[in-house]
Amino acid sequence: MKQDQSQAPADIAAFEGGTKAPPSVTSALLYLDGVSVSFDGYRAIRNLSLFIEPGEMRAIIGPNGAGKTTMMDIVTGKTRPDEGDVLFDHGKHDLTKLDETAIAELGIGRKFQKPTVFESHTVADNVLLALSGPRGPFASLFGWRNKVAREKVYAILETAGLLEHRARLAGEISHGQKQWLEIGMLLAQDPAILLVDEPVAGMTDHETELTAALLREINKEHTLIVVEHDMAFVRALDCKVTCLHEGSVLAEGSLDRVAGDERVIEVYLGR
Amino acid sequence: MITKLFLERYDKVGLIFLGIMATIAIFVPLSNLLLPTDSFLHVPTYVMSLIGKYLCYAILALSLDLVWGYCGILSLGHGAFFALGGYAMGMYLMRQIGARGVYGNPDLPDFMVFLNWKVLPWFWYGFDMFPFALLMMALVPGLLAFLFGWLAFRSRVTGVYLSIITQAMTYALLLAFFRNDMGFGGNNGLTDFKDILGFSIQAQGTRAALFFATALLLILSYVLARWMVTTAFGKVLIAVRDAESRTRFLGYRVEHFKLLVFTVSAAMAGLAGALYVPQVGIINPSEFSPANSIEAVIWVAVGGRGTLVGAALGAVVVNFLKTWFTTGFLAPYWLFMLGGLFIFVTLAMPKGIVGTLQDWSARRRERATYTEKSAQKIAEQGE
Repeated sequence: MKQDQSQAPADIAAFEGGTKAPPSVTSALLYLDGVSVSFDGYRAIRNLSLFIEPGEMRAIIGPNGAGKTTMMDIVTGKTRPDEGDVLFDHGKHDLTKLDETAIAELGIGRKFQKPTVFESHTVADNVLLALSGPRGPFASLFGWRNKVAREKVYAILETAGLLEHRARLAGEISHGQKQWLEIGMLLAQDPAILLVDEPVAGMTDHETELTAALLREINKEHTLIVVEHDMAFVRALDCKVTCLHEGSVLAEGSLDRVAGDERVIEVYLGR
Repeated sequence: MITKLFLERYDKVGLIFLGIMATIAIFVPLSNLLLPTDSFLHVPTYVMSLIGKYLCYAILALSLDLVWGYCGILSLGHGAFFALGGYAMGMYLMRQIGARGVYGNPDLPDFMVFLNWKVLPWFWYGFDMFPFALLMMALVPGLLAFLFGWLAFRSRVTGVYLSIITQAMTYALLLAFFRNDMGFGGNNGLTDFKDILGFSIQAQGTRAALFFATALLLILSYVLARWMVTTAFGKVLIAVRDAESRTRFLGYRVEHFKLLVFTVSAAMAGLAGALYVPQVGIINPSEFSPANSIEAVIWVAVGGRGTLVGAALGAVVVNFLKTWFTTGFLAPYWLFMLGGLFIFVTLAMPKGIVGTLQDWSARRRERATYTEKSAQKIAEQGE
C-alpha cells in the first residue's frame, strides 16, 4: 500500500491504492489520517493513516519504536499530534481536541502495556470502578455505583476467568491475572472500541491461548485494536494485521500477506 | 435495619473508636462538673481543656488523613485552614467583648482603637452574629481550599510540587496575618475573650460544654469521613492515590474528586480550629506557621495514614508526648524527639500504629484459619 508521504492528505480522494475501496470518514469508527508527532525532534509518528471499521478486530505489529504505543497515546488523548486528523464515531468527534477523561467517556477504553490495576482494591472493586455509568464525585457519593448488583460485576469476572479471585487484592494476583483483570475492566467500561496494548507480554503459552480466546469472545460485541509482538498470538486472533515501521504503515492485510511482505520481513520478522 | 446499615460501614477499630469517643464525650464533662474534686474519677478543668485541645488536633489530623491517606494529596498547609477557622471564631469572640475592652469602645475591638481606626472594616461585619460566624468557620477555609484546589488540580500539580505550594500558601497567610493593617490584630492576634453565646468563656460549665462540642465534632467528622471513604467515592479516591492516570483513562474527572475531598477536609479543619480558639483563649498568626502543618503530617504518619482512627490517635499520642516532654527537663530536646519519632515511624512502622496493629491481627487470623484447615485435614485423614 502506498501513501502520499509529502503532506497530510486532507482530501480522502487522494488516498491511493489498496485492494479495497478507499475508507471514508463516515464508515470508519476510528479514523486517523496524516497524523504526525515528534518528541524533541524525533518523529515518533510520520503521516500515519489508519481506519478501523465498526466491529473489526485489528492487530498492530511492528518493531520497537515503530510508534505503536504512541499511536494509542494519540487516540486516548495522552499525546497531542502535531498535525493530522483523529476522528471517532464516523467523524463525529475530533479526538485531538479532547482530554483523556472526555475521550474515555466517548467510549474509547485502553489497556496499558504494563498492567495498571488498582492494587489496594479487590479484584471485584476494580471492575466496579470500571463499570460504565455516572462518574461524577457526587454520583459516586450518593449514586448508583454504591448499589450496583453483584451479578453485574460477577458476570464480567466470569468472562475474564477471575470469579474465584474476586475477593483478593488486585496487587496479590499473578501477572497474567492482572492482564485479564485489565481486560475485564475494559469490558466493564463497555466502550465502543478497546485498545489493548501487549496483552500477552510475560504470559505463559497457556495463558496466551486463553487470552486470544477471550479477545475473540469480546470481539463478538466490541471493536478492538490489539498491539502485540507475539506472532503466534496474532495468528490466533485471526484478524486483519497492520505493520507499523518508523511511525507509519508499512503493510496491511491478512497476517499471511503482511508476513509475506518483503519489507516487513526485512525490518521486523527477520529472514 | 438502620442499625445494621450503620454498623456495616464501620470496622472493628472504627466501632471501638466511636465507643471510646462517646464515653469520653459524656464522661469527662460530667465528671468535671458533678464529681467532688477529691474523687478519684474527677477530671480537673485544666486536664479537660488539655484533652479538648488534643481532640481539636485529632479533627485536624482526621481531615488531613482524608486527603493524604486516601487521595494522596500531601497537604503541608492544612494548619492554614485550621487557623482560618480559628480566626473566624476569634472574630466572633472579639465582637462579644463589646464595651468591656480596655478602651471601652463598644463598636471596635481594642487593637483597632489602638491603631486609631475609626470604623469597623467591612470584613468584620456580621461576625457579631453567631450563625454567620459559624458559617464562616467552615466556609472561609472551604472556599480557600476550593480556589486553591481548582487552580492546582486543574493544572495537574501533584506530588511534591503540590506539597510545596500548600506550604507556600500557609506561609503567605502567616506573613499576611502578621501585618497590622490586615485588620486581624497583627502579631498579637485576637485574645482577651469574654463570652461565647452569652456564657462566660472562663466558666467551668462553658468549658465542659466546649469539650463536649469538640468530642461531638470529632465523632461527626469521623462519621462523615468514614462515609466518604466507604462509598464508591472513597474507592475512586484510593484509585487516584494509587494510579491517577489510570483513573483518568477510566473516565473519572480526577480533579473534581480531589477538589471535593480537599474542600470538605479544609472545612473540617476550619471547624476544628474554631473550637480550638475558645479553649486555648487566643488565636495569633503563629498558627499559620508551616511547622504546625508539618507536625500535623507527623501525627497522621505516626497514627497510620489511610485509617482515619489512626490519624486521630496519632494526634492525641504525639501531643500527649509533647506536653509531657516540654514541661520537664527534656524540653530543649522535644524537636529532636519529634524528628526521631518521625524517622522511626517511617522506617520501622510505615503503616503507623493502627496500620501495624491491623496487619498483626490480619496475620494472626490467617494463621488461625490455616491451623484450622490443617486440623480439619488431619481429622479427615484420620477418618
